[in-house]
Amino acid sequence: MPIKAIKLRHPWRMVFAVLLVVIFVSVVVDAALRPAYDWPAVGKYLFDRRISQAAVVTLQLTVYSMVIAIVLGVILAVMRLSPNPVVKSLAWFYLWIFRGTPVYVQLTIWGLISLIYSSIDIGIPFMDPWVSFSTNAALSTFTIAIIGLALNEAAYMAEIVRAGLLAVDRGQEEAATALGMSWSQTMTRVILPQSMRVIIPPTGNEVISMLKTTSLVTAVPFSFELFTRSRDISAETFNPIPLLIVASIWYLFFTSILMVGQHFLEKRFARGVGDRQPDRKDAVGTGTGTLTGVVPVVDSGQPSVIAPPRQDDPPANPGGVK
Amino acid sequence: MTDVNTQAGASVTIPPMVLAEQVSKSFGSNEVLKSITLEVKRGEVMCLVGPSGSGKSTFLRCINHLEVLSAGRLSVDGELIGYREANGKLYEMAPKEAARQRRDIGMVFQRFNLFPHMTALQNVMEAPIRVKGLPKAQVEQSALDLLARVGLAERANYYPAHLSGGQQQRVAIARALAMEPKLMLFDEPTSALDPELVGEVLDVMKGLAKSGMTMIVVTHEMGFAKEVADSLVFMDGGVVVEAGDPDEILTNPQHRRTQAFLSKVL
Ligand SMILES: Nc1ncnc2c1ncn2[C@@H]1O[C@H](COP(=O)(O)OP(=O)(O)OP(=O)(O)O)[C@@H](O)[C@H]1O
Ligand SMILES: [Mg+2]
Repeated sequence: MPIKAIKLRHPWRMVFAVLLVVIFVSVVVDAALRPAYDWPAVGKYLFDRRISQAAVVTLQLTVYSMVIAIVLGVILAVMRLSPNPVVKSLAWFYLWIFRGTPVYVQLTIWGLISLIYSSIDIGIPFMDPWVSFSTNAALSTFTIAIIGLALNEAAYMAEIVRAGLLAVDRGQEEAATALGMSWSQTMTRVILPQSMRVIIPPTGNEVISMLKTTSLVTAVPFSFELFTRSRDISAETFNPIPLLIVASIWYLFFTSILMVGQHFLEKRFARGVGDRQPDRKDAVGTGTGTLTGVVPVVDSGQPSVIAPPRQDDPPANPGGVK
Repeated sequence: MTDVNTQAGASVTIPPMVLAEQVSKSFGSNEVLKSITLEVKRGEVMCLVGPSGSGKSTFLRCINHLEVLSAGRLSVDGELIGYREANGKLYEMAPKEAARQRRDIGMVFQRFNLFPHMTALQNVMEAPIRVKGLPKAQVEQSALDLLARVGLAERANYYPAHLSGGQQQRVAIARALAMEPKLMLFDEPTSALDPELVGEVLDVMKGLAKSGMTMIVVTHEMGFAKEVADSLVFMDGGVVVEAGDPDEILTNPQHRRTQAFLSKVL
């Protein structure tokens, strides 16, 4: 029999909701009528050729730099967990530099690279180079923008990947080592594939974040992406506000698509959570089990830097003699 | 340190499968193994029992060099583990050589440690393909044979998550056997299992013992020790308290600590 009871009322919730709706509607109506927003101009520039081309460039910057950052991040993370102290410190040093300085500063320095190194020489140090390029000719501002974004992002990706690697049960490394697998085989065949579940969600966040960070490449200076392009157009029309709205709409459009993609990726990889080994006497056959490693809880709305579960632990005897 | 061969006199003497001489292991100031000396012959099944924290797992891990000794020496099949000896000096082994030694020593863990992203068959095939570089078709055939041997022929394409604990542990045994080891180490292989699943794993181990495999088994299954083991070692506090014939120790333990332990587990 259903329980008959008078529902607990939340009068303040209602009041608050009504208040919010009223404020929201008045802001929207006000915005629609305010001439400064210049909505006709927004409509006109939203699909302007220059703007849509800039949107494509922004996407290119995002994709290229993220791909490089992910590859480099995996390498750095594996290096940080390496048993080799030299390799380890090298990775640590990289992270120290690239996470310790603002990306805007880094992009500016990359933009000045041709002042610092006027030519790129390949050969033996202090000897005549085999090949020599002029830096300006070899590196377009587009390339420099990608390098700058990717190298900075790699430092953050490295931490994400590292957290993922550490989240894999230590018994996995032990089992692989006991089978005679080398450290690199253990990493590539056993640990990395399993860490994907932890790595992918925050990587989605990083992609969204990168999309927005591309607006900083004006520091290089590279000016064909969305934000700088709309600023340049508005400098001609003396009408900045509608163009800022146009750029924002494009950014929102891309991030929304990415968020949908991320949602599906997360769902897909969350399935793996139940796929761990049944621990002690629970759930034999159902496949649910206890996670032995500490798995950082990744929430799609949260900032993407996860605290690594075990900070100073070296990998369980990575196959060498101390 | 005496050489195994000269100690036995004749040059044709076959070395024991495992020879531990005054093996010690410390973690920081915590001395976990204190001068353990013991020998496991070829084809022998040795059960290692003792209370929690007595160093049983650590000793097994030392045997396949997952843990580095603090003192003493340990050899498997006459070959020093973790070091190379030349001109009376010990040289640390490169990781590659240590990995080569581990190939010949199979290990089965309490929590199975199957690779969850691979099917049972892939778990068994992984090491022979990657480590030994054997051709895939050949490995697949022998992996299927091995799975059949542990009674899991029809589960070859299941992922670990879809297997029961007992089935997972049997896959883990097959995975270790796929490397054709000369020695198998079992670290409480049935402790994580439901009571009704213990038997199926012990049966596989019994079959393995019958086939002549040299085995060191850390276990609390005294019935298994009585039935299968050739020798039983009781450890406590990092030392071997009592060692010998399983029947004798189980029915008539000499040492008070052994008596106290057995009265709890039997
Ligand atoms: N990596 C390690 N670092 C520090 N101490 C350790 C480490 N591994 C084991 N120990 C310690 O060594 C002691 C013996 O551990 P070990 O796992 O060998 O015991 P065990 O006999 O296998 O016990 P159990 O029956 O609980 O498995 C314990 O006190 C443990 O805390
Ligand atoms: Mg143990």
